[in-house]
Amino acid sequence: MNGTISRAVAVAAAATLALAGCGSGDDPTDAAGDEQISAADVRAALQAGGELTVWAWEPTLAEVVTGFQAAYPNVTVELVNAGTGDDQYTALQNAIAAGDGLPDVAQIEYYALPQFALAGSVTDLTGYGAGDLADTFTPGPWSSVNTGGGVHGLPMDSGPMALFYNQEVFDEHGIDVPATWAEYVDAARDLHRADPQVYITNDVGDAGFTTSLIWQSGGQPFQVDGTEVSIDFTDDGSARFADTWQQLISEDLLAPVSSWSDQWYQGLADGTIASLATGAWMPANLISGVADGAGKWRVAPLPQWDAGGTASAENGGSSLAVPSAAANRALAYGFIEYANAGDGVQIRVDGGAFPATTAQLQSPEFLGAEFAYFGGQRANEIFAESAGDVVDGWSYLPFQVYANSVFNDTVGQAYVSDTPLTDALTAWRDTCVSYGTDQGFTVS
Amino acid sequence: MRRPGPTRVRRPGRSLTLTALTGIVLVYSLVPLIWLLVNATKSQQGLFSSFGLWFAGDFALWDNVVETLRYDDGIFLRWLGNTLLYVLAGAGGATLLATLGGYGLAKFDFVGRRAVFAIVIGAVAVPGTALAVPTFLMFSRLGLTNTPWAVIIPSLITPFGLYLMWVFAAEAIPDELLEAARCDGASEMRTLFQICLPLLAPGIVTVLLFSMVATWNNYFLPLIMLKDPDWYPLTLGLDAWNAQAATAGGQPVFHLVITGSLLTILPLLAAFLLLQRYWQSGLAAGGVKE
Repeated sequence: MNGTISRAVAVAAAATLALAGCGSGDDPTDAAGDEQISAADVRAALQAGGELTVWAWEPTLAEVVTGFQAAYPNVTVELVNAGTGDDQYTALQNAIAAGDGLPDVAQIEYYALPQFALAGSVTDLTGYGAGDLADTFTPGPWSSVNTGGGVHGLPMDSGPMALFYNQEVFDEHGIDVPATWAEYVDAARDLHRADPQVYITNDVGDAGFTTSLIWQSGGQPFQVDGTEVSIDFTDDGSARFADTWQQLISEDLLAPVSSWSDQWYQGLADGTIASLATGAWMPANLISGVADGAGKWRVAPLPQWDAGGTASAENGGSSLAVPSAAANRALAYGFIEYANAGDGVQIRVDGGAFPATTAQLQSPEFLGAEFAYFGGQRANEIFAESAGDVVDGWSYLPFQVYANSVFNDTVGQAYVSDTPLTDALTAWRDTCVSYGTDQGFTVS
Repeated sequence: MRRPGPTRVRRPGRSLTLTALTGIVLVYSLVPLIWLLVNATKSQQGLFSSFGLWFAGDFALWDNVVETLRYDDGIFLRWLGNTLLYVLAGAGGATLLATLGGYGLAKFDFVGRRAVFAIVIGAVAVPGTALAVPTFLMFSRLGLTNTPWAVIIPSLITPFGLYLMWVFAAEAIPDELLEAARCDGASEMRTLFQICLPLLAPGIVTVLLFSMVATWNNYFLPLIMLKDPDWYPLTLGLDAWNAQAATAGGQPVFHLVITGSLLTILPLLAAFLLLQRYWQSGLAAGGVKE
C-alpha cells in the first residue's frame, strides 16, 4: 500500500518536473544542437580519458565496463543502478529538472525514448557518427532510436517476440502448440478445462504486452508527426487484438497474476502458467528465476493473426542515450558505441543478452547455440527469424511513460470488471488525449 | 481487633471477548515474522515449491546468510553501515534537538511560545511524503542530493518528538526543582545536564526509539535523494535486489531479499529489548498524584 502511494507521488512528481523541464530546458538543448562532434573528437576524448557515470540496470553491462576500461585505461566508468524502468526515468527527469546529478549515459527503453527526445533531454547523436550505423542494427530497434528527427540513442538490445511454452504441461493435457491466436484461445480453453489450476498464460493488463500484440496485428494506434499526435484504437489491428483477448478475459482463462511478481515465478516453475508470449530476452530470466523449469520449456514462433503469416513485434528492449546536459558527451558517445556497436556487443551476448546488431544475430555461432534449458533447442534461430519479421511502421507516443502508468487505471478495468476491452481502450485513449493536450501537443 | 488486611485491589474481570481480540491482534502481528523466519531457511527453488508457512525440505538458512553477506561484493554490509550511520546521526541528532527544544519550550517563558506551539502542532499534521519533493528540490539547489547529508539533515527534525519532549518535560520536571537549583547557584547548563536529564530519560528513550524506527525504515526520502547504491540504506538496497527479478535479463534473488530482511530487523529488535526497561519505567510518569 505504501509502495503504491510512493509510486503515485513519484509519478506525479516526475510529471510536474517534466513540465518544468520543457519550460526551462531549452538552453542546454540548443547548445547541444549547435555543437558538432566528429568521430575524431570521440577518439581523442577516449584517449584523453576522464570519468563517466552510467545509469543502467542491465546486468551484463558490468562486464562491458570492465572490457571498456581495459581498452581505454584513462577512462573510469562508474556504473550505477539508479532504479529499474519507471524509477530510473523519474530519477532522470528529476536530475534534468534540477540540472544537477545527471549521468553521462542513461539506459532508456525504446517506449520511453521519444519522451526524452522530444523534450530535448537527450543528445541527437547523428553528428557523432551514429548516422552511419544504420546497417549495424536490425530494423526494429534502429527505427526505435530514430525518433524526434534524429538518432537519440544506440540500440542496446531487442525483444523480437516468440512463444515460450511448458511442453511437459502441454503434453500432459494433449495440447498442440498453437500457430495462430485463434488456436491459442482454443488451447487456453482445453488446458483450463483439463486442469482448472492451469492457465495458458497470465495477464492482469500490461501496457507493453498489449501494444506489442497490436503492433504484431498491424495496428498503428499511435501516429506522431512532430507535436501532432493521434491516438485511435478503432483500427483493424487494435480491434482484432481486443476481440481475441476479450474471449480470454470473459471466460476467465488468464491467470490473475502480475508479471514479474513472485507468484508469477512460482506459476512458471510449478506449471500453472503454461506459456508466455514475450521478448527474446526471456531465456536469461527463465534460467536464473525458474530453475525448476529446465528441460521442460520450449520456444515456438509467435502465434499469428493470419494462418500461415510470419508477422512479429518487439517487446521491451532498451537503448543507451546521452543526456543533453551531460558533462562529457564525446566520451559518453565513445562508451555507448563500444557497448552497443563495438566489442561490448559480443561481451553482452556471451553474458546471455539478446543483441540488436545484425552481425551477431546472423553469426553461425549465435544461431547454432543449443539451450540446455530448452532441451537442446536452437532457440536463437527462432528469435533471429522473429527479429527480421517485425512489422514496420510502429511508433510509440511521445508521452508513453505517462500513458503506460495510467494503463491499469483504465484498461485494467476490463480485466477486473465487466467493462469491455474496447471501451477500456477508449478510456485509455481519452486519458492520454487530455494529458497530451495539457502538455501542449495537438492530440486527436 | 482485626488487623487491617492488605488493601484489596479490584481487578477487572476476565473478558473472553477481549482475550480473543488481543489474540487475533497477536497472531496478526506475529504471522509475518514467522513467515519471514520460515522462508529465510529456504533456497530460491524451495521458496516456489513449498507451502509458505512451513519449512521446505532443505535448510538453507546459513547458506542464505553467507550469500546475502557476499552477494554483489558484500554490498549488504555497506548498506548496513549506511543505515547505522543514518540512524546514529539522524535519530541521535533528532533526539538531542527534540530534548533541547522540548525542555526549553516547557520550562522557559518567552515571546512567541504560542506561535511555536501552533507551528509544531501544524508540522505534526504534514506527512513526510508530501514534503519529500520540495525537500528534494531544495537539497538539489544546495548541491546536497546524492550525499548522506540529504538523508541525515531532514531526519534531524521531528515535530512529533519535539512535542512529546515538551509535554514530557512540563510534567516530569517540577518548576520548584529548577528554582531550587537556581537558588543554589547552578548554571542553566548544569541544571539541564545534571538535574533534568535523568528525569527526562524515559521521554528521551521514547523519542529515540520512535526516531530510530522511523530512520531505520525510511524508504521514500532516500529513494528520491540517493542515486549512488554505495550510499543506499538497507531499505533501498533490498528493494533494488527485489527489482532485479522484474528486469529483462535480471537475476531474481528472492531468497536473499528475504534473508536480508530478516537480518535487517534484528538490530531493531535488539534496540527494543535493550531500551524497553528505560521506556517502561517512564510510562507511569504523571499518572499518579504523589
